[in-house]
Amino acid sequence: MKFGIVVFPGSNCDWDTFHALGTGLGEDTTFLWHQDTQLPSDLDCIVLPGGFSYGDYLRSGAIARFSPIMREVIRFARSGGLVLGICNGFQILCESGLLPGAFLRNRSLRFVCRTVFLRVERTDTPFTNMLAPGQLLRIPIAHGEGNYYADPETLAQLRANGQIVLRYCDETGAVTDAANPNGSVDNIAALINREGNVMGIMPHPERACEALLGSTDGLAIFESLRRFCTAAVSVTLQRT
Amino acid sequence: MPHFRTGVIVMLQRPILDVQGNTVEQALHAIGFEMMHNVRIGKYIELELEAESAQRARQLVEDACRQLLANPVIEEYHIARLEEVPTPELAP
Repeated sequence: MKFGIVVFPGSNCDWDTFHALGTGLGEDTTFLWHQDTQLPSDLDCIVLPGGFSYGDYLRSGAIARFSPIMREVIRFARSGGLVLGICNGFQILCESGLLPGAFLRNRSLRFVCRTVFLRVERTDTPFTNMLAPGQLLRIPIAHGEGNYYADPETLAQLRANGQIVLRYCDETGAVTDAANPNGSVDNIAALINREGNVMGIMPHPERACEALLGSTDGLAIFESLRRFCTAAVSVTLQRT
Repeated sequence: MPHFRTGVIVMLQRPILDVQGNTVEQALHAIGFEMMHNVRIGKYIELELEAESAQRARQLVEDACRQLLANPVIEEYHIARLEEVPTPELAP
């Protein structure tokens, strides 16, 4: 399969993601420049990597969302292409309207950089089909504005549609306020769109793909994408 | 073309917890300003533009606020000032 990683001015996890997908997963991976107005025709999945696109000026992701390539990314997503936004990429997906909600400053006002526990809430997606329901993952977070916000009505819809994919939890799997590193509503750490082809994830799976780095739990997300794209698994998506 | 200067205030919507504001409020209390409450912190954006009229200028600024300057999911904006100013001389 073929991954494309978008490089914005200020992206800083682009090479980590390239390493995880190209070397770790061993799949064809290419960079996409933010000024590009065309995508390669053979892409299976676009990744918006972490970082501080455009210096996080105005709001995280607000300016990247208007990059020339985003018009193509949005078109790709609207036609069913797989898009994964990691950290700043998640913020860009929200700013661009591909995912609902928005991000606020962390409740603590601190930049939080540490490994957290995540509980898998959905496994019937292209991004999580190698995981088990309720499984715990250990993946690092690194963000200052990871406090996911959705108004009560939107949150009710997210719950009703099963769009919450990963939630922050403690080491026993309990989803508690104490285990919430940033104040996100409902401990949301990863979210999928209703169509099931666009996912945003605040933690960094690309930093958890090698035992040397302390965890390989992130690899299952990328392996899920490969399985979805190459093995023609029958992943039942909630089409609306 | 007339030249305008405008100032836009962008604030978090009321129901959303403003952690910066809360922290500053606590600091104010700590230095003796216990009488101060409801501290909220926003952004002030100043910009200049050319437009046929003040009405058109306001409309353009509103559009810019909706599309980029404010995020309607979490923020609200308010055009605090909009005035015609002399057209600045272009830098050589």
